[in-house]
Amino acid sequence: MPIIEVKGLTKIFGPNPKRAIAMLAKGLSKDRIYQETKLTVGVNQASFTIEEGEIFVIMGLSGSGKSTLVRLLNRLIDPTDGQVLIQGKDIVKMSKEQLREVRRKQISMVFQKFALFPHRSVLENTEYGLEIQGIDKSERRKKAMDALELVGLKNWENSRPDQLSGGMQQRVGLARGLANDPDVLLMDEAFSALDPLIRKDMQDELLELQSRMKKTIVFITHDLDEALRIGDRIALMKDGAIVQIGTPEEIMTNPANEYVERFVEDVDLSKVLTASHVMKRPVTITPDKGPRVALQFMKEHGVSNVYVVDGARKLLGVVNAEDASQAVKEGKKLTDILIEDVPTVTADTFLHELFDQVSQAKVPLAVVDDSGRLSGIVIRGAVLAALAGSTDLEVGS
Amino acid sequence: MIPKIPLSHWVDQFVEWLDTHISPLFDLIKATIGFTVDSFEWVLTMPPALVVILIFTALAYAAARTRVALFTLLGFLLVWNLGYWDVTMQTLALVLTAAIISIVLGVPLGILSASSNRIQSIVTPVLDFMQTMPAFVYLLPAVSFFSLGMVPGVVASVIFAIPPTIRLTNLGIRQVPKDLVEAADAFGSTPMQKLIKLEIPLAVPTIMAGINQTIMLSLSMVVISSMIGAQGVGVDVLRAVTQTEVGVGFEAGLAVVILAVVLDRVTQSLVQNKRSGSK
Repeated sequence: MPIIEVKGLTKIFGPNPKRAIAMLAKGLSKDRIYQETKLTVGVNQASFTIEEGEIFVIMGLSGSGKSTLVRLLNRLIDPTDGQVLIQGKDIVKMSKEQLREVRRKQISMVFQKFALFPHRSVLENTEYGLEIQGIDKSERRKKAMDALELVGLKNWENSRPDQLSGGMQQRVGLARGLANDPDVLLMDEAFSALDPLIRKDMQDELLELQSRMKKTIVFITHDLDEALRIGDRIALMKDGAIVQIGTPEEIMTNPANEYVERFVEDVDLSKVLTASHVMKRPVTITPDKGPRVALQFMKEHGVSNVYVVDGARKLLGVVNAEDASQAVKEGKKLTDILIEDVPTVTADTFLHELFDQVSQAKVPLAVVDDSGRLSGIVIRGAVLAALAGSTDLEVGS
Repeated sequence: MIPKIPLSHWVDQFVEWLDTHISPLFDLIKATIGFTVDSFEWVLTMPPALVVILIFTALAYAAARTRVALFTLLGFLLVWNLGYWDVTMQTLALVLTAAIISIVLGVPLGILSASSNRIQSIVTPVLDFMQTMPAFVYLLPAVSFFSLGMVPGVVASVIFAIPPTIRLTNLGIRQVPKDLVEAADAFGSTPMQKLIKLEIPLAVPTIMAGINQTIMLSLSMVVISSMIGAQGVGVDVLRAVTQTEVGVGFEAGLAVVILAVVLDRVTQSLVQNKRSGSK
């Protein structure tokens, strides 16, 4: 049995919202319904199931209804229509008391802007969920400390939230969500407020935690990169409706419709970034120098190749360390060991067009302009880093 | 011509009706307020003035540090020296009673109006009415319900001074960030748990600002209360005014100012201590 089963879940904002249900069933668009009734469709007949232990990502751009959808799952927002079955029980029909029990024991939530209580210490924040259940102090302290240790915040329990960095604050948010040992963890854009490097760390840590805990996680994000990294399955939303559900591979390779295709394409970095984004400054030498100098340059810069250019920076070829040290012994000149067959690309080549070359070439690709002048080199690591979303791109001169 | 609506007649009849039908309730209120004021007055005037001044100085130091403590010491010594000590303490007893009643009634009312827009839309115009209706007007019914003395003075002060406490309690609770309220809900808090563990603690600085305003406003009622027989320094101000004794009026007025500054600084520093997040 799936842990969460959502059937025809709909949320319409505005007075007397039931009247738009029939219009949605007829397949009228969100815009059309707004024009006719001034009602806003938040979530449109969403249906899906979530299996125990998976990370289910709900992805969409802002305004797509993903934050509304996640709040329907624990009824922070009351749905207009549809069912939300948590372990077979429909929470839409529950009384306030039953709903509180579900929120206390089965589902907890991590928020985009952390939503930590500023007047409480880290420990008091973490134990909040247990405190309101009336669990006695020593027991809830112990569980809260365990949760803090799990997220790497041991020894911070007496700090105030505002003394912590954003990443640490969200760890507290995560610890608070984990402290009452829920079956389901809802994470609403949990990492979106963090800067990119911290965000990546948090994603890795979440995956690492998940490999040990095996919670069911519903993760909301607007970032495809994040969705692909952490999702076991991804649901893509547009205008309140779910347009496709699938594994990351399925979404990437087999987009259900034009919207998904555009979405996926838009964020395919290899089709956006060019060689100029990833190229680095090459170590160059003029052909009148000897192999000793070439070796010295390689040593200085920690590389195993130097590029040989003439006075106008026109690329002549490349010299590698092995040949250079051989040449020193045999008293050869630099031009004798020059490898002229260097793979070259232009600065505006897209990354996906140079995958083949960069993977086969023995030396970094040379980026040359129209007149054959060397402007930079592309090394394999830089291409991978760029595709992984690293912002640390430097443009060679 | 439309005849004049007999509004004044209706009001007179209503007041008369209240007086005859719920006078036991008024007697109870009168006894409670009277007892509270008397107790405060006894505590404040029984010990030697110097002892009370030193205790106030110590309290001011604990709440607000050196400068306020020094002002309290010198100011109260001056009041004592001028011969206004006992009447100033009577006034303080009246103000404290009015403040306590305002807090006891005002904070829950503020919480209530924060909990629902409908209640707020009823409470707000009533508060506007209470604050803008000239204070002299409700002195009359206060006298007819509670006769002359301290009690109607306290009642008039409460009516005039309670609105800031209600308004700012309401505001403070409504200002609690929505995402925090949502988080409290998401973990399954009951409304009462949410109020006690989240909303009130975060609203305390704003509530304290309201209480500070309430105290200041009830001080401003001191002279008006003295017109209906409330004891205190207001009596001296009133006499000075009616007999055009400028010097006496200044002395008595100064006693009110000193009391006001001390109360204001002490309550404000309580707010600040809360704001700076001390434990």
